[in-house]
This record gives sequence, structure tokens and C-alpha cells, in this order.
Amino acid sequence: MEELLRAALKHAQQAEVYRVSRRETPVSFEANRLKMLETKESSGVALRLVKDGRIGFSATNDPDDVLGLVERAVELSAFGAAAKFTLPGPATYAPLRVYDAATERVTVEEMAATGQRMIDAILKVNRELVCEAGVTKSETTFEISNSHGAHAAGKRTGYSVGLHGTLVRGTDMLFVGEWGSSCSPDVDADAITAKVARQLELARHTVESPSGRMTVVFTPRGVASALLSPLTIALNGKTVLQGASPLQHKMGQQVLDRRFSLWDDPTLEMRPGSRNVDDEGVPTQRLPLIEAGVPKTILYDLQTAGQAGTKSTGSASRGLGSLPGPSSSLLVVGAGDTTYEAMIAGIEDGLVVEQLLGAGQGNVLGGEFSGNVLLGYRIQHGKITGRVKDTMVAGNVYEALNTIVALGSEREWLGGSLLTPAIACGGVSVSAKQA
Amino acid sequence: MRDIVEQAIRGHNADYIDLRLEESQATRIAYRGRELEEINKTTTKGGCVRALVQGGWGFVSFNDISGLREKVALAVRQARVVGHEKSNLTDGPAIVDIVPLAMPRDPLAVPLAEKKRLLDEYNEVIWSTPKITSSSIGYGDGKKKVIFANSLGSYIEQSRVDVTFRITAMARADGDVQQAGISLGSRGDYGVVEGRHDEVRELAQRAVAFLSAPQVDGGTYPVVLDPILAGVFVHEAFGHLSEADHIYENERMREIMVLGKQFGMTHLNIVDGAAVPGLRGSYKYDDEGVPAMKTDLIREGVLVGRLHSRETAAKMGERLTGNARAITYQFPPIVRMTNTYIEPGKETFAAIIGDTKDGIYAKNWYGGMTSMEMFTFSAGEAYRIRNGRVEELVRPVVLSGNLFETLKVIDAIGNDLDMNQGGGCGKGGQSPLPVTNGSPHIRIGKCLVGGK
Repeated sequence: MEELLRAALKHAQQAEVYRVSRRETPVSFEANRLKMLETKESSGVALRLVKDGRIGFSATNDPDDVLGLVERAVELSAFGAAAKFTLPGPATYAPLRVYDAATERVTVEEMAATGQRMIDAILKVNRELVCEAGVTKSETTFEISNSHGAHAAGKRTGYSVGLHGTLVRGTDMLFVGEWGSSCSPDVDADAITAKVARQLELARHTVESPSGRMTVVFTPRGVASALLSPLTIALNGKTVLQGASPLQHKMGQQVLDRRFSLWDDPTLEMRPGSRNVDDEGVPTQRLPLIEAGVPKTILYDLQTAGQAGTKSTGSASRGLGSLPGPSSSLLVVGAGDTTYEAMIAGIEDGLVVEQLLGAGQGNVLGGEFSGNVLLGYRIQHGKITGRVKDTMVAGNVYEALNTIVALGSEREWLGGSLLTPAIACGGVSVSAKQA
Repeated sequence: MRDIVEQAIRGHNADYIDLRLEESQATRIAYRGRELEEINKTTTKGGCVRALVQGGWGFVSFNDISGLREKVALAVRQARVVGHEKSNLTDGPAIVDIVPLAMPRDPLAVPLAEKKRLLDEYNEVIWSTPKITSSSIGYGDGKKKVIFANSLGSYIEQSRVDVTFRITAMARADGDVQQAGISLGSRGDYGVVEGRHDEVRELAQRAVAFLSAPQVDGGTYPVVLDPILAGVFVHEAFGHLSEADHIYENERMREIMVLGKQFGMTHLNIVDGAAVPGLRGSYKYDDEGVPAMKTDLIREGVLVGRLHSRETAAKMGERLTGNARAITYQFPPIVRMTNTYIEPGKETFAAIIGDTKDGIYAKNWYGGMTSMEMFTFSAGEAYRIRNGRVEELVRPVVLSGNLFETLKVIDAIGNDLDMNQGGGCGKGGQSPLPVTNGSPHIRIGKCLVGGK
């Protein structure tokens, strides 16, 4: 790494080396049976440099091509974007637990047994279900080093468990599923199975879908699939610099319901989104994105912060093959005071949305969400009466999160990078297909 | 290399083994707004081994291609942990072939400065349009060489060059943001990116026009789809259901997709095939070393075929189609589409519109998703049709529906087949895989349109 930095600095004024390697062991089940066992190893190096004020970048995962990085990055710097940053110097990173030796010790036989146990249990609920299940463990090491003295390195583990089922009757198809993820092998497979069983129970009967404007309950999965991406895109430094964010001139103003708060908090430990340092060597912090309905923070990495004339928020993320960009790490929605049970009981006629198909296809920049209900239920007289089909839900998050009917008091982790309660929004447009 | 690879897979106690080695290089240029955002070059080298023992699979992927024989042994050991039944795989003949690379205008031979100059011109065209507030451009080209060998005795070397180009213009007024874009691609022909100035100007103007365009009322309409959007429809809504890995181990899905069943009117014909030459989904052999074919999926409205890997073909007792594809060496091959299209019918576009009383003309592609039975996809451009005439521009629409009902109500098929090369397909975490889809203009007699 030092050698590569030195070689780059012969041509460039600033240089940064990013190295990552990962070993992943997925155990997968198909059609209710153990299907495949995999070992995936990958590693790579990326070089970013600044020569004559311009950015050059190249990456490789060919160990024999590492010095070719310097040549290509220098060549590309002639065409590259103007650098608006100075790489960070040495920093202290607050200790954060993201590694568990127990994850490395889990055997593939134990992982296979977990998958089999989930499938056996869910088939007891419904024999006709065709399931896919997966149990995966991973170890990732990374290292960042730059010409200004920053050096960060770390090792993290990951463990995830998922169960998905398809139920086909005639040409009617029902998709149920749930997954969980952690740095430790403590993911509760039985709780995941129980959630899938609950989905099956609620969806046992299909009922007529309502039409018109009504209260829609977004479960934690529903919140993830429909409501959050318009907000994180609007608060991304790139969107703001592009002049495309509907929030950029409304920072500090009351835009959403006072009960709604959203943080990006990578400092929570042992989650896939947890990290004490971002992908440019800048320490991370807990960032209030929206506090009591007021947008507070825009996410920046070094380059976008420089373009905006401000400081990085420690939000740089990158894959191996491209430059870093600002991104949220671990989203947390504040809890409310209504239990899920009370939320449903308080609705005369409405809909529960677990998952929308294609919610991100519309004008997400404008806050719109519009999609087909992949898994959702009807609420009548305070009770869930069955599953709905052929139903489209359309709305705008800036309206939906301004007409919050109730905010859930129980929060759930979604895949380890989002913690949220259920949210009931009023006046959401629901169109059912006319027969 | 052939000796090393063949040595590595010989003499293991497995029912089937295949090995792939890959080398690739890619260039990417991205603009956001007026500024060039990123320009990079990446190189990749890696490989993978797949082994089958008693019906169970082991898979190992790696960057370091030394010690291949030990990697094969690891995949075999893993497969043995999984396998508990008799393996069932269609083998076919051993193939030895070095496939030459054909490129009309090699993008890798075009200097970077020339590529950047062209993209700068397009960006200038967008920004010279009044009321445009932002733009984005993504250009990519890549070359990949794959060596394939398997325990049946096949040894194949193939290369491909892929070009993708996407450009989007955004307009904004009073907090309302609208966008319009095009997405293009080719199998190794840089020419597809050149000379698009007029189209770029039109799309910038369209983004501005959307700002003052009305939104349609949500509901059920007859919808005429242009070849690009109809191509996305056939890919998303029907194509994924023809992938046999969704069907082969699910009794009820087999009942739904039973060959011989009527799916549409007799004018409906749908095919998929990597053997259709020169398109982004074209190749000579798939990633299991099976020769590419052209497969009839629907003929005269009747389901007559589906897409297979060696495993799904064996388990369904149907013949190989050459549709097992892996996006990189980091993944095992799975059943994928290649070039999927609706064959042309007899009607002219003018006649289809002329015959539509009160409907929507939806053009261009923005995105699409499917859950087998249900689909949803978005048009990039839409117009109202009244009394047989295309009238005012409306805001882009999202179309949604039930596949089985929708295929039955395709009531007009045009004679103007066109291929959309701008798409990429995602499945099982492998995205975006180069595919082509196509269609003539078609009309869906009844389709659910999301709106206000």
C-alpha cells in the first residue's frame, strides 16, 4: 500500500489507496431443499489521485496489475473532474464493535441446519408453500491510506438469514418473506419464521380491494419499500448540488409532521450499516436528517462538500470500481406512541402495505411513490380482513408524512440498515382494478 | 492455459464440474449536471468452479487464479455436503471452440479524448435548452474474455464487447422536477453512441414540456405501446415467467405454465434467442457451454417453449436452449433471457392509433418490475389518444396489471418490429446483464394506469 502511494506521489500532489477483501459463505435452499454451498473470495485495490487539480481514478482486482493503477489514474486525471477537496489527515476513530469471532466459527453444517429448521417449521403452517432460504456469513477487511497521513483499517463480520415462500393457487400467486442481518450469528431465525407464518395467516383470504383516498398503514417493510428513498435522495449532497432536491431551500423549515424524525446513525454497533470511519477515512457521526419534521442535514463526502463549500459529514461510500459518493449508512426513524394493534384498531376502512412493487419507478426526486401492492391487507372496522390484489397505491411522501394518522411505538430492524416503526398516513390514493 | 484448466478439473469424484476464467477491462464516464463527475478504468481478473455431486452444488469464486486444482477440490467437497440424491443434468456433446470477436466499430480503439468530446457536445445540447436545470450522462464500454471448460470435455474461449449509453435531462419549476431520457446500447459498436444530437435536443425539450403537461386520471384504458416499451413489457411481464428455474420445482407453477396452453390471441408470437446475431443478448455459447438457439416461447397464442439451463432441462424433460448466464465469475450461471421479442404482425401503426377511440399512447422506457403474476412498468413519455388521433402530451405513466389477463387482451400487433438495446436485466443479485428486447407497436385493450 505504501509502495503504491509512493509511486502515485511521483506524479500527483494527493493520493489515496483503498483496499478491500471479502470472504463470503452462502448456504442456499431452493424448493424446500438444500441446493448449494458457496465460497466466494474477492479482493481489490483502488487508487484515487489528484494531479494538477484534477481527479484520476482506477481500480483492479488483479494482483499483478497493481502498478498499472498509477499509469491509468494519471492518464485519466487529464480528463478528470476538478478536485474540490484536500484528503484528511490522521484522525482518531471512536471504537465501534462490528466484528464477532463467533461468526467465523459458525460451521456450514450449522448454517444448513438453521435453514432446514426454518423450512420445516413454515411447511407445518402451510404444506403447499415452495420456499427459498439462505444463511450467509461473511468477513470483510478494509484499509484506507492517504498522502496526508490518514490511515484506517478494520475487519467486520456479517451474518444474514432469510426465508421466502411462494404460494400458487390457479394463477394466483402469493409471495411472503422476511430476513434479518447482524455482525453476529445471533440473528433470530425462529422470529423470522414466525413473521412469515403471520404473513401467511393474514393473507389466507383475498378480499375486495377498496378504492379512493384512505388511511394506509406502512409496516416497517412498507416504510422501507415506499417512503424513505425520496427523502434520502433529496438529502444527498449530489442531488442538492444538481439543484434537483425539493428540500434544499427548505432546510430548517417545518416540512413534515412534527412526530417524524429520521437519523443516519452509523455509530450504532453490530449492524451491517455500522461504521466508525467512512470510505474516505473521515470519522462517522450520528446525523439528524429530519428532526421533528424539519430537514436538518445534507449528506456530503469530501468532493461534494468541497463543491458546496462545507465539510464532509463522514458519509462517503464506495464500491471498489468507482469514486466515493455520499450515502446514508444506517437509517433510524423515531418511534411514536401508538401500538401496532391500536393503529389498526383505529382505522375504519384502510389498507396495510407490507411491500409495493415498483415504488421507486416514478418521479422519486419529486417525492412520488406509486406501485402495485405486492403484499398488503385490507382493514375494515379496525380489523385486518384479508389480502388485497390488483391494487395500486400512489402518493407523495411530502404529503403522506405530513398527514400522519399514527406513528408506531414498536420499531423493527429491516435487514440491519434501517430501524423503523409502522406509520399510518392519511389520504393516500388507492386504485383497484375495475372488473 | 487449456492444459492447466483441463488438468485442474480432471479426476475428481463428481457428477459434473465446470470452470470459468475471466479477464475484463471497463471504462466509465459519468456527467452530473454540467460537470464531468467521474471517469475511470477498471481491470478485473478472476474465476470460478462449480461442481455437482449427487444433486447438490458447490461453487467457489476467486481473484487469485493459482492453485486451480485445489479450488476444484473445494467445490467438490462442498457439493458433497449438499448432495443427497441422484444428479440429473442434460450433458450434450463436448465442444471445443475459439470464437473470434467481431466488432463493427471497436469502442476500445476510440481515444478517450474523442469520447469525452462527444459527450461534452451532447451535454451542451441539453444545457442550451431553456428551463433545463440538470442532466446526467453515463457512458460505459467493456471487454470481457471468458475461458470455459467442463468435465464433459468442452473447452471454449469467447470474448464480448458491450457499450451502454444513457442520457437524462431534468427540468424544474416551482418545486416540480420532470425528466426525460434515452438509453442505448450495442454489442461492440461505438457507432450507436454517435450522431444522436437531434434526439438529445428533443428529449431535453420533452423534459421541459412535461412541466406543463397534465397528469392522466388513474384507471383502465386501452394503451398503445411503442416498440421500446412493448419490448420491456414482453421481457418483464412474460419473459421472466418463461425462465424454467421459476417453474421446474414448483408443481403449481408447472400447471400454470403447461405447454399447449392458450396465452393470447392467435396473432401473438414471442421468441427468445442468443442465436439472433449482433444484439446485446447474443452469444455463441452460454455460461454452461451450451450452444445458443432461438426458442419459440409463444406461437399463435399458445405456450410452446421455455428457457433452460442444463439442470432445468433435465428435470423438466425438455431440450436445452442455451440460456444459462452468469454476469461475472463471482456468480454461478442461472436461467436468463437473451434477445426477447414479439414478432411483427400485419397492422400499421397508423391503423392501430386510428382504431383507438379513447386511450393512451405510451412510449419509451423508464423502469419495470415483475412478481411473476403482477407487473408494473413505467413509460418515459405518454400522450392521450382520442378518436383515432394522438393528442396532447401527458405526464409519464406507470402501467400495471396481471400478466395472464393482459396477454389475452393484446388486441393489435404492428408490422414495425424494433429492438431496444438500452436495457439491463436483474435477477438473483446479478445485474445489469446485457439483454435486448423488442416488439412492434402493440395495443393492450385494457390496462391499469396509475394517476391522480
